Amino acid sequence: MSAREVIIIGSGPAGLTAAIYTARANLAPLVIEGLQAGGQLMLTTDVENFPGFPDGILGPDLMSKFREQAERFGAEFVTADVAEIDFAASPKRVRVNGHDEFARTVIISTGAQARMLGLPNEQKLLGHGVSTCATCDGFFFRGHNIAVIGGGDSAVEEATFLTRFADKVTLVHRRKELRASKIMQDRAFANPKIDFRWNSVVTDVLGEGRVEAVQLRDVETGADTELPVTGLFVAIGHDPITKLFVGQIDLDDEGYIVTRSGTTATSVPGVFAAGDVQDRVYRQAITAAGTGCMAALEAERYIEHLNHAAVS
Amino acid sequence: MSDAIVTLTDATFDESVGAADTPVVVDFWAEWCGPCKMIAPVLEDIAKEHAGRIQIAKLNVDDNPNVARRYEVMSIPTLLVIKDGEVKKRLVGAKGKPQLLEELAEFIG
Repeated sequence: MSAREVIIIGSGPAGLTAAIYTARANLAPLVIEGLQAGGQLMLTTDVENFPGFPDGILGPDLMSKFREQAERFGAEFVTADVAEIDFAASPKRVRVNGHDEFARTVIISTGAQARMLGLPNEQKLLGHGVSTCATCDGFFFRGHNIAVIGGGDSAVEEATFLTRFADKVTLVHRRKELRASKIMQDRAFANPKIDFRWNSVVTDVLGEGRVEAVQLRDVETGADTELPVTGLFVAIGHDPITKLFVGQIDLDDEGYIVTRSGTTATSVPGVFAAGDVQDRVYRQAITAAGTGCMAALEAERYIEHLNHAAVS
Repeated sequence: MSDAIVTLTDATFDESVGAADTPVVVDFWAEWCGPCKMIAPVLEDIAKEHAGRIQIAKLNVDDNPNVARRYEVMSIPTLLVIKDGEVKKRLVGAKGKPQLLEELAEFIG
């Protein structure tokens, strides 16, 4: 059984930056990129705040550039989800595509995924008006009235984007003010196609075979109302993708991987975590890339340390 | 794109899909759709590996809105499996190769 130096789980900005760095350090990383390869940026359009792209760049294009750069230095890719891991084993074991891979170090960069409302009809009407990807599906709502749920940056950005197509976008938020950044808020407030429903939560998605309305509840008065819409876009936040690691490494109460302050070290020596999977504060492409770099350098140092210990 | 995949348009859809003697998987996609780009190579693989048993076809919804509207496609990627002129299966969202092959197994035979 031959063990690799590094396995990287995940292929967003964190995982691919770790791949670039470890590949350049001749550690021949195996990147298990997952079925949602490229991560959350694959679901966005223009990325306007990634340094080095003054005119902006499309999220999927940015990720294919990251991947090309990692490939150029010899990173190896597997397009599948990891089935199982064992970090107590030595070397560490990662099961993918029905067989085991072994490595001395593992970098976890599985990221986060959009939270859904969790309503039964939401699943049933997925693809029939309920959408998880505004940039993919906005086009189909040309001339329609739609609702966007949420009050953060992604909700406000989606609402603004969707006005390119929809006649009216109603932004439904459970509080009476937005959490989104000032510049995003200003854009939304100035947009005549965006309406706001404050202090409201979605209690049901209505429609047979396609979305016809959402039922809203006013959280202050408890009153229920129906908002007739043909489309529903949910942007109420993200959850870290860490189900695989429960019981193997320390997670916090929201499921984020706990890292030692100022490092990417997890509770297991040789296992590092980078990107949104361990970041509940910044969650930006550039911070993910930054921690991906840290994880790569820390993994490299850890391997050197093992090699040194084996020699002396 | 490989020759194994047929490109459909609003004008050619009915004739091409009607004339097929195998089940046709129609991939509704667009240039701006990230998840569509993720499944494109997977579909190319499947088209090559299962040529003759299943036909993979692509339809750009941006250029061909009529077929997309007719089949009530409101989310992409959507894959429709059409056999004998009827939609036998509808798959919404990006899927990996093993998952997709499992979904298509009954048609590949």
